[in-house]
This record gives sequence, structure tokens and C-alpha cells, in this order.
Amino acid sequence: MNADCRPALTLRQDTVGSLAAMQAVFARDMQVAFRQRQDLLNPLLFFVMVVTLFPLGVSPEVSFLREAGAGILWVAALLSVLLSLDHLFRHDFDDGTLEQLVLQPQPLFLLVLAKTAAHWVLTGLPLVVLTPVLGVMVHLDGNSIGVLCLTLLIGTPVLSLIGSIGAALTLGLRSAGVLLSLLIIPLYIPVLIFGTGTVASAAEGAPVGAYLALMGAFLVLALTLAPFASAAALRISLSNG
Amino acid sequence: MWQFFHKLGSPKWFFGIAARLMPWLLAGGILLLMAGIVWGLAFAPKDYLQGNSYRIIFIHVPTAFLAQSVYVMMAVAAVVTLVWRMKLADVFVKSVAPVGLVLTFLSLFTGAVWGKPTWGTWWVWDARLTSMLILLFLYGGVIALDRAINDEKSAARAVSVLVLVGVVNIPIIQYSVEWWNTLHQPSTFKLTEKPSMPAEMWVPLLLSVLGMYLLFGWLACLRMQTEILLREQRTRWVKDYVLAGRG
Repeated sequence: MNADCRPALTLRQDTVGSLAAMQAVFARDMQVAFRQRQDLLNPLLFFVMVVTLFPLGVSPEVSFLREAGAGILWVAALLSVLLSLDHLFRHDFDDGTLEQLVLQPQPLFLLVLAKTAAHWVLTGLPLVVLTPVLGVMVHLDGNSIGVLCLTLLIGTPVLSLIGSIGAALTLGLRSAGVLLSLLIIPLYIPVLIFGTGTVASAAEGAPVGAYLALMGAFLVLALTLAPFASAAALRISLSNG
Repeated sequence: MWQFFHKLGSPKWFFGIAARLMPWLLAGGILLLMAGIVWGLAFAPKDYLQGNSYRIIFIHVPTAFLAQSVYVMMAVAAVVTLVWRMKLADVFVKSVAPVGLVLTFLSLFTGAVWGKPTWGTWWVWDARLTSMLILLFLYGGVIALDRAINDEKSAARAVSVLVLVGVVNIPIIQYSVEWWNTLHQPSTFKLTEKPSMPAEMWVPLLLSVLGMYLLFGWLACLRMQTEILLREQRTRWVKDYVLAGRG
């Protein structure tokens, strides 16, 4: 990795408030990501390619795609978030930035939350933006596409948050990528079930409020608990080295 | 009380206690399990709806019961590991995770065998079955993470975090049959109500559940003893023990 791609963090003083520290971490992650644009594009390309596999591999019939489309898009989004998780802490771990983060006077879980937020803005959000295009390609109707985007908008932050725990736990391990998937996929299943359930319910013309509320509950739960777990896991992984 | 708590932290002390407990656990477990299974398979009345096929309940329920409680026990041990750094708690998690995996698999397997005659299918993707499958994956993840980290202490703490995160699945399994309309019947035993089946059916079931608990206790002790011997292999008492016992 090119060293001048990765600006150093300067949060040393106690006077820097937690919010300002979070902003600095977030801004730095964005800056680093935009200096490595290919890394940003890869999960999106992966997303599009996985979706392409289904019409080609299973059936290009309109009836099948309309039925399975939401599920395909959700699974593809889930896999592409999973794929990008390895980058969440890896580079910072390799060049020592992560140790600096742990040593900051600000609480670690807030900094982890800022990193996870940056991860979501860089991977989850573009997936949501791409979804309408792919939704049309798998013949979903307008209403379903809208609901699908909404579920992904609520669901992908949950994926990033839960994923950050797995990424922190597997940091620095051999074959971390496969292990990360093994640990995290079971925890993703409920989000997937409710995400696709919402769209299926919308396609039948049923109200989706209850489903969306449940997904919102997942988001709140993940938002409040996951940063603590990831911060604890990061400390463990760092003491491991 | 506190003295007991401190003693529990000593692997050597636990090793001795376990050695004294194990014959009782094994004998009680086999006795209860045999009683429950023989009573259930041979003497309990036929179910008016399912005929004889329901009798697999005497194996299915104990394994499913244990599969969940082992995870809860692991979660408690995980808290103890993270908060008090007690060595034994971590030995426990490491030793019983594979047992939990096997129990979960057995409960899924016996459930499939039971499902074929009663539901007409080996497998349905309903909430109870799926959440048990997730439990199987969680056990798998715990074991995989434990094997992947070389350093004993970090492995113990990382696994504890993972176990605690996975604990969200337990209430989902527990209440899945009540929250969603599923094929799976509601649980037989509830703390607050009388079982909905006649005593000739639930007494042997209760016996086999208790027997399975005791048998699990024995297996846990045995596996923990092995793990303790491995970890403490450089200490004096292990050397003495091995020389006295095997020499």
C-alpha cells in the first residue's frame, strides 16, 4: 500500500471531543477510500455480477425472476457487503493506525461506529442506489422496487454493523475471509428473512409497516450493541499480535 | 461462598471434583435415560393422531433441549471468561461446543425422521427448524474461531464475544413456535402450565431429558478434564497424576 495514500490521524489532544473525533475518523476513511477508487467499485461489480448469474444460471423467465428477484438482490447485496468487510479494519491493522485508534482518549466504540458508518456509506449506500436498475432487470414492479430499496436502506447498515464484529474478531488470522463468512452469515439470516419478507408482502399488496418496523428494530439493536462488541473484539485481536 | 468461587478457578481442584462426580453423573444419566427411553418406547400409550411414530419424541426433545441449554451455559461461561478471566469457564466453552454441535445435529436429524411420517416431508423452512439450523452454524462458527486463533487467551476472549453475540438466536428459537405459525408443535414443557399430554407420556419424557442432562454433565467433565490435562501438562500435579495413574 502506498504510504502517502493514507493520511495520519491526529486526535491526540484530550480537548478533541468524541463527536469531533468520530468526524475525523469518518472523514479519513472516506479520504482513504476515494484514493483507492477501485476498492470502492469492486463490491458493486460483484453485486451486479452475482445478480446476473441467476437469470443465466436458473431461468430468465419473467415469472421466476419476478418471484425471486427481491431475494436474489438481497442475497447478492449481503454477499457483496460480506466481501467488503475484510477491508474494514485490515489496512488500519496492517499499518498500525488501529493501535493508534485504540490509544485515543475518546471511547473506542464511537470510533468503531464512525468507521462502520463510513463503510456503509462506501458499500451499502451505493448498493441501494444500484438496486432500482437491477430491480428493473429482474422485472420487479415499481412498488416492489421502492420497498426493496427501503429494506436495503434499513438493512445494509445492520449488515455493516454486525459484520464489523466479525471483521474485528478475525483480524490478523489466517484464512480470515472464509472464517469471517462462517461467523457472520448465521447472524445475517434474520435480516435477510425480514428484508425479503417485506418485499414479498408488498408484492401481494399487503401492508409492510410491521415488517419495516421490525427491520428498524434490528437496526436500533445493532446500532446500540454492535459497536461495543466490535470494540471489545478489536482490543482482543490487537492484544493477540 | 467466595472460597468456593475462588476454588472453581483452579483447574486442579476442578479436576479432582470432576473425577469424583463423574461416576455418579454417568450412572444417573444412563439409568434415567434408559428408564425414560424404555418406558417411552415400550410402555407409553400410543398417540391418537400420530400412532407410534411420535415415540421419537423421547430422543428428539432431550437433544433439542440440551442443544439450546448448552448454548445458554456457554453464554454464561463466556460472561465469566470476559469479566473474571476464569480459566475454567473458558475450558468449559471450548470443551462443550462440539458436544452442542452434535446435539443440535441430532435434534435436527431426529426431527427430520419424525417429520417424514407426520408432516410428509423431511424438511420445511419454518421458523423453528431454520433457527435450529442457525444454532448449528453458530456452534460451527465458535469451533472454527477457536481453532483459528493460536493464542489460548485471545482465543478464549474472542470466542466469548462471538458466543455472546450469537445468544440473540436463543429467544428466537424458543419463541419461534409461538410468534409464527409453523408446522412445529409448541413445546411440551412450560414452567407455568401443566403439560398438554398425559402423565404416561410426559413423565418418561422428563426422565429422558434429565438423563440427557446428567449424561451431558459427564461428557462435559470428561472433556474438560482432557482439556485441563493438555493445558496444564507442564505443571507438577499433572506429571504426578499421569505417573501415578498410568505408570
